[in-house]
Amino acid sequence: MLKFGAKRWLFIGIALAIAASFLSPNFNRYYLGVGIDVGIAIILAVSLNLINGHTGQFSLGHAGFMAVGGYFAAWISLKLGESAEVFFPLSLLAGGLFAALIGLFVGIPSLRLRGDYLAIVTLGFGEIIRVVAQNTEAIGAASGLKGIPKLTNLGWTFGLAALTIYIITALVNSTYGRGFLAVHDDEIAAESSGINTTRYKVVAFVTGSFFAGIAGGLYAHHKQFLAPTGFDWLKSVEIVVMVILGGMGRTAGVVAAAILLTLLPEFLREVSEYRMILYALLIIFLMILRPEGLFAFKLKRRQTS
Amino acid sequence: MEFLQQFINGLSLGSVYALIALGYTMVYGVLRFINFAHSDILMLGAFAAFYLSPIVEKFCGPQSPVGAILVVILAAAICAIIGTLIEFFAYRPLRGRPKLTVLITAIGVSLFIEFTCQHGKVFGSNPRPFPKLLNDTQFHFGKLAIGSNDVIVLLVTAMLLVGIWFLVQKTRVGTALRAVSYNQQAAALMGVPVNRIISFTFAVGSALAAIAGILYSMKFPAIEPLMGVQPGLRAFIAAVVGGIGNIPGAVLGGLIIGLLETFAGGIPGLSNYRDAIAFGILILILFFKPAGLLGRSTVEKV
Repeated sequence: MLKFGAKRWLFIGIALAIAASFLSPNFNRYYLGVGIDVGIAIILAVSLNLINGHTGQFSLGHAGFMAVGGYFAAWISLKLGESAEVFFPLSLLAGGLFAALIGLFVGIPSLRLRGDYLAIVTLGFGEIIRVVAQNTEAIGAASGLKGIPKLTNLGWTFGLAALTIYIITALVNSTYGRGFLAVHDDEIAAESSGINTTRYKVVAFVTGSFFAGIAGGLYAHHKQFLAPTGFDWLKSVEIVVMVILGGMGRTAGVVAAAILLTLLPEFLREVSEYRMILYALLIIFLMILRPEGLFAFKLKRRQTS
Repeated sequence: MEFLQQFINGLSLGSVYALIALGYTMVYGVLRFINFAHSDILMLGAFAAFYLSPIVEKFCGPQSPVGAILVVILAAAICAIIGTLIEFFAYRPLRGRPKLTVLITAIGVSLFIEFTCQHGKVFGSNPRPFPKLLNDTQFHFGKLAIGSNDVIVLLVTAMLLVGIWFLVQKTRVGTALRAVSYNQQAAALMGVPVNRIISFTFAVGSALAAIAGILYSMKFPAIEPLMGVQPGLRAFIAAVVGGIGNIPGAVLGGLIIGLLETFAGGIPGLSNYRDAIAFGILILILFFKPAGLLGRSTVEKV
């Protein structure tokens, strides 16, 4: 396989981001919006790929962490008022850290268990976040959080997307990161080799949650409006599908899938009433025919159940 | 008195959850994966009854017990067929693949059913009134008011649970089912037709879901394509709380979740958090008893 160095991603991304911030006044608003959506989707998919692809833990609550980070960052921006723009990176960071903290609380009890339990708990966690957001007046309750300043631009989005890819790729390729792959390949064997599997799972989960929180912050300052219903489990499934479509654990594939799946609905506007039906069929057929992902042309790793 | 009233309401809701949870648990028992499409079978059951009841009414007269039973049986049969077909087309090609693959396929099947049914040409997404299959009369005992539908829900559930227990514990098929759930490979070597048993499990689970869907719609008579999601999710929690794969556990979990939900709904500050509470309990129980209340923790062997 062509080995994409982690640094190359970083440089490509930063170059793209710089180019984008110069060019963005020339784009029309629609393309600009879609471009930012793509960047956010990349961050979400790549961060879930660490949990789902590299470490092999099935999380169905990624949208929940996105919501946590988004709400927290937006809340800070609204509190700051005028100076929100100066502190934008810090409020994004705070959103990410808060999501990571929540990830720690959710991850520790559920990652001690094997199998489908993480899927169940994260699914439940997503619901809990939704219910809490719906009932908390400080963040707009059911009517949503309005009037968030528009601070997200192409530069921030792609810069952070590149950084996310860089950090996660570097982490997985490091000596420490081999542990994630070991947990994915065979948990029992990994444990027998002296790897603290729970610790690795928690680290993956918390790191993934952190970046999901960042993506949430970008999303909040992009759409300028947050509603609890926007982060239901369908959103989580969407991110999961990006990871599967890209081939779990293949960063390049996952990035391609994130781009493809974000652009696809824009092209499918003509048949929008059948869009979700096609989407569901895509999941089923993909799983039956190409479980290794759309972009996997060689069977690299033998999967174990 | 208030307490007793809530208790009865909770019990009847909980028994519906128990029926749905049985389907989750039985499928998990034989195939070791969560059938996300189960909650949609419940919805299909309710819609089957919705379309069948006017036809049956022509023959049996309105709100006749015979007609109601006929509707329930026909709806259960339709859903049993749908469940078996789903297993045959979506899950069987994946036999022996990683669990995650099957789980994601199940999510895909669930989304497919939901979105197809929401489409204007199928059921549409607007809620529809569920026909009154039986006359609902209120019995009054002092301040206590018990609807006849609640009594029927409890009775039907109790009968079905006994039936399932008998089926699983006392019949040949049940023995085969337990064998498959215990060790699929060994069961196959002993001459158990594994695929047929799995189909059978799906048929039974889906029939139960259809009946549960009808009972649920009798309690909350507005049906729409996403109506299965909430009860499905709670029943699923119930199955995990009781210990997934464990049949008495599913019943116990169903009753616990039903009672909790009803009591939490009665407390003003808590009623908005009902969904969160069910999941909170789940996380708490997984923390202390990872295999659920009645489940046995298994040791993985290499």
